[in-house]
Amino acid sequence: MAKPRAYIMVPVDADTVIIGAREVKSRFSAELGRRGLADEVRVLEVGSFGPTNAGVIAAVQPDGVVYGRLTPADVPGIVEEHFVKGRICGRYVLPREYPPEVPSDDDARRTQQVGRVVLDNCGRIDPERIEEYIAGEGYFALGRAVGEMTPAQVLDVVEKSGLRGRGGAGFPTGRKWRFCASAPGDVKYVICNADEGEPGTFKDRLIMEGDPHKVLEGMALCGYAIGARMGYVYIRGEYKLSIERMQKAIDQAREYGLLGKGLFGSAFDFDVDIKIGAGAYVCGEETALIESMEGKRGLPRLKPPFPAQCGYLCKPTNVNNVETLAAVPAILRHGADWFRSMGTEGTPGTKVYTVLGHVNRPGLIEVQAGITLREILNDYAGGMASGTFKMAHLGGTAGEILGAEMLDVPMDYDAMQKVGHVLGSGAILIMNESVGINDYLDACMRFFKHESCGNCNPCRNGLHALCGITGRLKAKEGYPGDVALMEELVMSLKTVAFCPLGQSPAGPVMSALRYFRAEVEAGVDPTRVRPKPAHSHLEKVELGV
Amino acid sequence: MTVQEIVAKRGNARENLLQILHDLQDSTEGNYLRREDVEVLAREMLLSVSDIVGTATFYTMFSLKPRGRHIIRLCESPPCYIMGEENIREAIREKLGIDFGETTADGLFTLEPSSCLGSCGVAPVMMIDDELYGNLTRDKVGRILDGIAAREPLAAGA
Repeated sequence: MAKPRAYIMVPVDADTVIIGAREVKSRFSAELGRRGLADEVRVLEVGSFGPTNAGVIAAVQPDGVVYGRLTPADVPGIVEEHFVKGRICGRYVLPREYPPEVPSDDDARRTQQVGRVVLDNCGRIDPERIEEYIAGEGYFALGRAVGEMTPAQVLDVVEKSGLRGRGGAGFPTGRKWRFCASAPGDVKYVICNADEGEPGTFKDRLIMEGDPHKVLEGMALCGYAIGARMGYVYIRGEYKLSIERMQKAIDQAREYGLLGKGLFGSAFDFDVDIKIGAGAYVCGEETALIESMEGKRGLPRLKPPFPAQCGYLCKPTNVNNVETLAAVPAILRHGADWFRSMGTEGTPGTKVYTVLGHVNRPGLIEVQAGITLREILNDYAGGMASGTFKMAHLGGTAGEILGAEMLDVPMDYDAMQKVGHVLGSGAILIMNESVGINDYLDACMRFFKHESCGNCNPCRNGLHALCGITGRLKAKEGYPGDVALMEELVMSLKTVAFCPLGQSPAGPVMSALRYFRAEVEAGVDPTRVRPKPAHSHLEKVELGV
Repeated sequence: MTVQEIVAKRGNARENLLQILHDLQDSTEGNYLRREDVEVLAREMLLSVSDIVGTATFYTMFSLKPRGRHIIRLCESPPCYIMGEENIREAIREKLGIDFGETTADGLFTLEPSSCLGSCGVAPVMMIDDELYGNLTRDKVGRILDGIAAREPLAAGA
């Protein structure tokens, strides 16, 4: 068969499926077939390019032309113009800055592609074909590690790289692995935490949908380093396409002998299975996730013992976020120094973000750790789509709200901590002045209330009371003293709640008060009188609601 | 599939319980876990009924009450909220006369709140059964629901 002269790459992920990517792709195939061009022009399904408001995209390579906002009806015209007559079909071409992730010689685009670690394959390879991952040096790091390195050497490289957990907390990955590696026991587990429930975060989904083998390779490397023979990917039940693609990737890797017994002819066995969640935000917390994997209610465990000593089925277990594991193969391939050459001293490497809200180009980006929020907003997200910048909520609902004065703080774990904030999971929700702070806080508190597992009293009742307050403030019916009460409640929750869920409301509430106290207090109606607490205990807890 | 077949397929071990409940619910008319099945399951797996019920009620994707043929999961999380989730809820309420936790009289739809569905790029978002729908507007919601109802032979007669 002749070598194709062009490839049409259509990103198919859960977002684009919604708006008809599969129909566009099959229309391309049908149309090319009808014109006898099927051998000359190949249609490929790839992972996300990043932007989420460019509609269905088709990138033509090597021509470097990117068509966007396509419907199936546009396809015949494009095939006629581009592939039959050889003319670029101007009216469907996306503006130059779209999408920055498409490989291109254009300088403006190239600057944004430098040093992609986790997303380097996303949008470039067919995630459902292992051959394409292997062709890009996939499983090379695993082969070399298993063949030429001892587990301790692998551990050293990861530790020296300074990689920190990308799930939100930023714990050094190498140290976490070492805990588990040094724990006694023959049976150990690697768990990939793909229970991505933090609102506004969907980077893990797009990594799994765009480059599933990278996650598997990262898990196998972790397994080799810590001495585990079995890995599980815990994926939330709502992520249908991720589950499908990860399963396909596992099947293919087994077929190629890249998972299973005796990898690369060594004595190292490693296999991976999928566990599907059933809708519980709290299961993103690693001990709750382990409980859920064991078929129980997803209640967080008391720590210690930590999962590294007693995790899944009470065996030493290492739990890492999808993005963390996906960074590992590149670190092993290029070395710790290479990874350290990117990002900042305290947060080497890159960070994947999902930028959302009132911006021109919402979507998935991977940037050097340590660039500022202003750079992300202007250079990557194309600036505000409407209105002016009011606030950004980092790291999903449990993260913190930043006002305009924080736009120039470098986004790494330590710099954020220095100014009293946390970086979080990778969601950046940008809002203009149309969003009232009390409305927004109420939405956040209702989220927490819904997701509280109900195990510990402070969280169960505290969030109920908090929702009462934010609901009143939203309606401008707050009692005098409500704001102080809200502060007291979130701070006591931060101290006494059992797990990070109950401790989280302090993040959005206290940061909102830091920047928008006057606006929050405007929700209080000074003429209202708080009803006397009733006698029943429950009513007291509800603080007179 | 019967309870026994599902247990045999997934393996009779506690750590497979969630997968077993998923399979059981998917294969039950009305999209829920029937009391009788839970009792059989409890005997099969040597667990107490309350243990299984306690586990199932912890997760939003399981239901112990019969639900409509199609489950509408409307995302209520902040990213969808700022893009107008409340209008969508209102549109569904007007269109179908149901609010969260309710089922239409013809048994076709159940509306449930959902936490982040992870498709915030096309917010506001809802999921009907296994399909996601994004960039929702009032009109679009109406068209989607009409489209699904039209494919139902029962509803046409109702």
